Amino acid sequence: MNQIANPNIETTELEKVVIRFAGDSGDGMQLTGNQFTGTAANDGNDVVTLPDFPSEIRAPAGTISGVSGFQVQFGNQKVNTPGDFPDVLIAMNPAALKNNVKDVTRDGLIIVDMDSFNEKSIAKAKYETDPLSPESLMHKKVIKAPITSQTLKALEGFDKMTKKEKERCKNFFTLGVLYWLYDRKIDYTEHWVNRKFAKKPHLAEANIKVLKEGMIFAQNSGLFQSRYKIPQAPLPAGTYRSLTGNEATGLGLLAAAERAGLKLFLGSYPITPATEILQELAQHKNFGAITLQAEDEIAGICTALGAAYGGAFACTTTSGPGLALKSEAMGLAVITELPLVIVNVQRGGPSTGLPTKTEQADLLQAMYGRNGESPIPILAAKSPADCFYQAFEAGRIALKYMTPVILLTDGYLGNGSEAFRIPDVNELPDLTVKFRTDPENYLPYKRDPKTLAREWVRPGTPGLAHRLGGLEKDALTGCVSHDPDNHNHMVRTRAAKVDGIVNDIPELEIFGDKDGGEVLIVGWGSTYGQIRNKVNKYRKEGKSVSQAHFTHIFPFPKNTLEVFKKFKHVVVAEINLGQLNKLLRSTYIIDTISLTKIQGKPFTENEIEVVVDDLLK
Amino acid sequence: MNIEISKFTKKDFTPDGEVKWCSGCGDFSILAQAQKVLAETGRSPDEFAFISGIGCSSRFPYYVNSYGYHTIHGRALAVATGTKTFNPDLSVWVAMGDGDGLSIGGNHFLHAVRKNVDLVCILMDNRIYGLTKGQFSPTTDKGQVTKTSPYGTLESPVDPVSLTLGIGGSFVARATDRNPKEMQRIFKAAYEHKGFSLVHVLQNCVIFNDDCFNRETGSEKLDNTLQLVQGEPMIFGKENDKAIVRDGFSPKVVNKADVDPSEILVHDENADDPGLALFLSSMNKPELPTPLGIFRKVSQGTYDEDTHLQLKEITAKKGKGDLQTLLNSGDTWKVG
Repeated sequence: MNQIANPNIETTELEKVVIRFAGDSGDGMQLTGNQFTGTAANDGNDVVTLPDFPSEIRAPAGTISGVSGFQVQFGNQKVNTPGDFPDVLIAMNPAALKNNVKDVTRDGLIIVDMDSFNEKSIAKAKYETDPLSPESLMHKKVIKAPITSQTLKALEGFDKMTKKEKERCKNFFTLGVLYWLYDRKIDYTEHWVNRKFAKKPHLAEANIKVLKEGMIFAQNSGLFQSRYKIPQAPLPAGTYRSLTGNEATGLGLLAAAERAGLKLFLGSYPITPATEILQELAQHKNFGAITLQAEDEIAGICTALGAAYGGAFACTTTSGPGLALKSEAMGLAVITELPLVIVNVQRGGPSTGLPTKTEQADLLQAMYGRNGESPIPILAAKSPADCFYQAFEAGRIALKYMTPVILLTDGYLGNGSEAFRIPDVNELPDLTVKFRTDPENYLPYKRDPKTLAREWVRPGTPGLAHRLGGLEKDALTGCVSHDPDNHNHMVRTRAAKVDGIVNDIPELEIFGDKDGGEVLIVGWGSTYGQIRNKVNKYRKEGKSVSQAHFTHIFPFPKNTLEVFKKFKHVVVAEINLGQLNKLLRSTYIIDTISLTKIQGKPFTENEIEVVVDDLLK
Repeated sequence: MNIEISKFTKKDFTPDGEVKWCSGCGDFSILAQAQKVLAETGRSPDEFAFISGIGCSSRFPYYVNSYGYHTIHGRALAVATGTKTFNPDLSVWVAMGDGDGLSIGGNHFLHAVRKNVDLVCILMDNRIYGLTKGQFSPTTDKGQVTKTSPYGTLESPVDPVSLTLGIGGSFVARATDRNPKEMQRIFKAAYEHKGFSLVHVLQNCVIFNDDCFNRETGSEKLDNTLQLVQGEPMIFGKENDKAIVRDGFSPKVVNKADVDPSEILVHDENADDPGLALFLSSMNKPELPTPLGIFRKVSQGTYDEDTHLQLKEITAKKGKGDLQTLLNSGDTWKVG
């Protein structure tokens, strides 16, 4: 299509663009968004995406609660986040418009399917005035495109298709409009469609026809005065693919098992927004990976722990309410010192809370949510692709230190996606595990003097039969012991083992003023991208604002206090009521400023500004 | 299993250290019979894992010289499901009590039976909470006075045999702690059975529920119990003079002499249809004898074996997984 010349249409170059696709749950908005993202990434842009699902699967069509969204940011540099506010909104019906119009940037572009703005659907969206009147859409550029009718027109002659099937292609018409608008090639989508409908070639043909008609329509309709070009981003060389955080977590766990020379065992129970990890790993049986969908959350972790006892690289995956149910078994993993990775894809709480929305409010639960002195190392992934590396790291720590490890991600990371540079497997750390096989002088709780880890014995190994259990054990023999001094020793040793991991994790890095400065914004987990973008902006303005971001939360990196002391102000930004802030203040007895948000959504740059601007005055 | 060729004795399955159950507890006999049967399997102690939850009976793993894992209340079957599924070559035994297995662990019980995980599950049923000192359990008789039911319980007990059969149990048996030979026979059969084996042991708690199985183990036991023997008519009583016949859909006790022998039910533990076993399990009323022995023993696919069969099938079809290839799959693009 690029060769179509139209002298009336100019091409403008942009650094980055945020597009939000919104429609009914059944309108295929996720698919449209994913296709656009794949194409942009293929063309060399950096991409980060975030779907926004309603918690109902298919709420009544045309209603506000049935609106499903997908947002992508793409640019000629690292974009880090899916963007705060869309520059472009695709609204497939009045409800989608109503639900999203408030977020669109000033002078942003809104493309609506005119055909869906009839009296009935306007009423369904509970609009009292004309949704498309200039008053309703002040400071927006609105493109009223007859998407449904043009789609049907494009498919005249496709006699094998019902009207409903034809209408379902309208998302590809929209995609065509966007491909034209952002000067994209259709190869990526054409390839995908041909694969997807390999057995139904007439549907493949129909979708591609509609896609092309969308492009032609955009070109000729006269609705657009300009089109845009976003140059390639200077990303590190390599082969890339797009991964959601949940897919990346699953693959990271599998990679850890492979590099450890162990078989993976995942005991899990479906829960939003963590289920995709179980779904991902259930596909890889040819790696010998066992996925057991348990009867409940407790059985999820208990089967995993039973497999860890049996010598597996064992994992369990869940979200906040599930983590609560797993607490007792986590304590058993602590006292029996077995390796286990527990992934918590956090969501809004408490209780059922906001299942499909994101939050970081399980940090203190991860830290303290067990009876007794029960330390468990905590990691947090900072981006969808980073989920791969943090899942791998969780496996490394669990296996090396014979301990359960909690990995915190969240709904925003789990469902969001970004470009993942595929690593060379052989360059991933070697996690090879050595099981104890020598029966001479075996003592179940004798420890490696360096890591304080006890040895791992696979049941079935000749001459090493021994008993483990949740009752306190003698420091060497592993026999049940109620001796006060032994308990004191064991509690302190388990704590020292976890504390000692500090010598085996990366130091806290400063992005910005390495030698110190005015403001340091500290975060953990998924807030990384928003904070990074904001810090970049401040630094462009010559302001002394830096970033330090935790992936290892317990134990904290050993230079943490040293880093904090270099800055006049330390702001701790998190999506909760100040949980990391509490930990930092109690650990280091330092003054910090807590910046919190709890709306089921990530920070926006403005929200960071409100606190930081004041400190810079 | 062959006694002659086993190089192991009960002693090989007895670890150092004292057994800390109350003197006279039925668990002692259960432990001793299990150890005898283990020795007779010919397999070394290292090839067994005993897994338990919480309760008096859950101390079992500490008293067997084998691999052992004393876990948390109610969760033994979930832990054991993980261990067995990951290590199908290991013989995994689960020791549990009525509270542990059927109250707090009731959900896991349902699913371990349903999945037919190849485990030997010894349910030591004393119809009381022992370790917490005398509260009613899910098998306590209705109306019984206990520490937490000073005016009598209000709830009907669950019958572990009926429950297990009702959810598709492939091996279901009942024994008493006073009959060591029969217990050994059943443990052996449970060990040899591929699939979930429930051995419901009527176990006396001398401290908190003494003589609660007096009916089945006391001086009148022959009149109060029906010993199930494969292929044999259901005849019982001190004088072997009583028999079980079908009265509509219910069991009925008759004088053997009063009926034609063809009317007397014949036991078939291998019947594919669980009807007869369920019919027998419903004999938990005072006017009927308590059946003892093997109710049902049928061959079905096990979860652990099927898991590995599926892994093999998929691997044969897709080829052994290669991590680099997997990471590079899907829609990829090159930069630089």
